Amino acid sequence: MAETLIGLEHIDLTFNPGTVNETVLFTDFNFKVDKGEFVSVVGSNGSGKTTMLNLICGTLSPEKGRVMLEGNDITKMPEYKRARRIGRVFQDPAKGTCPELTILENLALADNKGSLFGLSRGVNRSKLDYYKELVAQLHMHLEDKMDTKVGALSGGQRQALALVISTMTPIDLLILDEHTAALDPQSSETVMELTLDVIEKKKLTALMVTHNLRYAVEYGTRLVMMHDGAAVIDSYGKDKSAYRIEDLLKTFNEISIECGN
Amino acid sequence: MNIFLGLAETVLKEGLIYGVMAMGVYITYKILNFPDLSVDGTFPLGACAAAACISRGMDPWLACLVAILAGALAGCITGLLHVKLGITDLLSGILVMTAMWSVNLIITGGSAILQFFNKPTIFTSGPVKLLPPALYSHRQILLIFILALAVRLLLAWYLSTKNGLLLRAAGNNEQYVTGLGKDPGVLKIIGLSLGNACTAFAGCILAQMNENADINSGKGMVVMALASVIIGLAVFRKLSFVHFVTMAVLGSVIYKACLMAALQLGLPNSYLKLLMAVLLTAAIVSERFGKGGKANG
Repeated sequence: MAETLIGLEHIDLTFNPGTVNETVLFTDFNFKVDKGEFVSVVGSNGSGKTTMLNLICGTLSPEKGRVMLEGNDITKMPEYKRARRIGRVFQDPAKGTCPELTILENLALADNKGSLFGLSRGVNRSKLDYYKELVAQLHMHLEDKMDTKVGALSGGQRQALALVISTMTPIDLLILDEHTAALDPQSSETVMELTLDVIEKKKLTALMVTHNLRYAVEYGTRLVMMHDGAAVIDSYGKDKSAYRIEDLLKTFNEISIECGN
Repeated sequence: MNIFLGLAETVLKEGLIYGVMAMGVYITYKILNFPDLSVDGTFPLGACAAAACISRGMDPWLACLVAILAGALAGCITGLLHVKLGITDLLSGILVMTAMWSVNLIITGGSAILQFFNKPTIFTSGPVKLLPPALYSHRQILLIFILALAVRLLLAWYLSTKNGLLLRAAGNNEQYVTGLGKDPGVLKIIGLSLGNACTAFAGCILAQMNENADINSGKGMVVMALASVIIGLAVFRKLSFVHFVTMAVLGSVIYKACLMAALQLGLPNSYLKLLMAVLLTAAIVSERFGKGGKANG
């Protein structure tokens, strides 16, 4: 019996309550991720995928219900405290790195996650070789550009770096928030490969939201399709391996027709 | 020639004193992206706090420390208003600036100018007494230079520490700091405390040089500090070996030189604040043009 890592329990969430734009997204929504799972989540815009991630990370708070991490109630824990155990890579490559700081400075900061940010030297040059080794695994020649500002890198390079940064120190859960959506097809493939690599190497539990149905079908141990604040597909194991893109597309289209899109 | 040298010394003295403030404002405005208006209140706060301490017989160096702590506390309040109560950055500064008017009056005991002639100041007691007679007449500029240098070294050192690096990250990308498990709000408060500590220290040095504290001395400090920072960065940006903090203090000297030149050319004193506003506008516009040129080229 697998142990539950993160759980959303009886979540109610309404956007813009009390206004004409009131939208009820979640009513008694339940979702859990077990340790060691790699969950791919798909769904149309507005289905609640990213909102679900925001609830887990603490960017949003539910009106009702609880967020549980390893059996502890973290509903009231602020986002930055949860970040100590949850790593997140965003769709926007600009969010996962600091553009005005160099690659070296970005890595030095990430390396210190979980420790005190005190008055000792910010960049430890003696760890330069270790940092270079880390980025060399990306095969993007970033190890030759350690003193380049991250803002000067391409979106793909920044996203690859963001992946390194968010998984540099031990975390319990890796959140991938459409992290390949803003990249060109080539970079998208590269970043996805790197993602699989790091998840496997570090044996991470991962929750990936994607618009790429192929990624969702090919990768991961579990497939979830969200619609209207509910999981309409949730398949594991053999059932999941049997899924093909066509099956997903069919369900996707059926839902869309129902909604009149 | 002597007149010119005298003017140059005045420019340097004032440029460096206000430069101490500019270095602090560099942290809030450039690093944290926070247009901090509270400096209009914390500059005279430093002056008044030092004056009140010295006129009661406190050691002038200890009075500096009191002024710095008072400034840091005021900056901390600006930060708390913004971070904890969700008040906009501009309004948080205005609130503290307004409140400081009363605080400064309370400190001076209700008078607009608190004089402390013939009391020991950092310019008349302590280490400056050790200067050889030939240099003693230049003790003001020497001491101001050393103080500005000390602030410059301290700030540059801080920015190279782990905490300083995190502060730079907070101004750049708050989400990144959150991702590192740290509260970006705390760093904003630290930055604002530092900025206003520098500002109050500048006010304290000026008061000790003039041997009086003027609660009106804060008018236009935001404009002066911002113009100094922007001018300094625009002039020295290309010189990669000059630290950004140094650029801020040098910008302040250039700015003071411009004001002095205008006054020497016959600009009436009453036009000074108008000129200050025009200079800042010109600096901001030219900064934008500079950036536009880069983007096109």
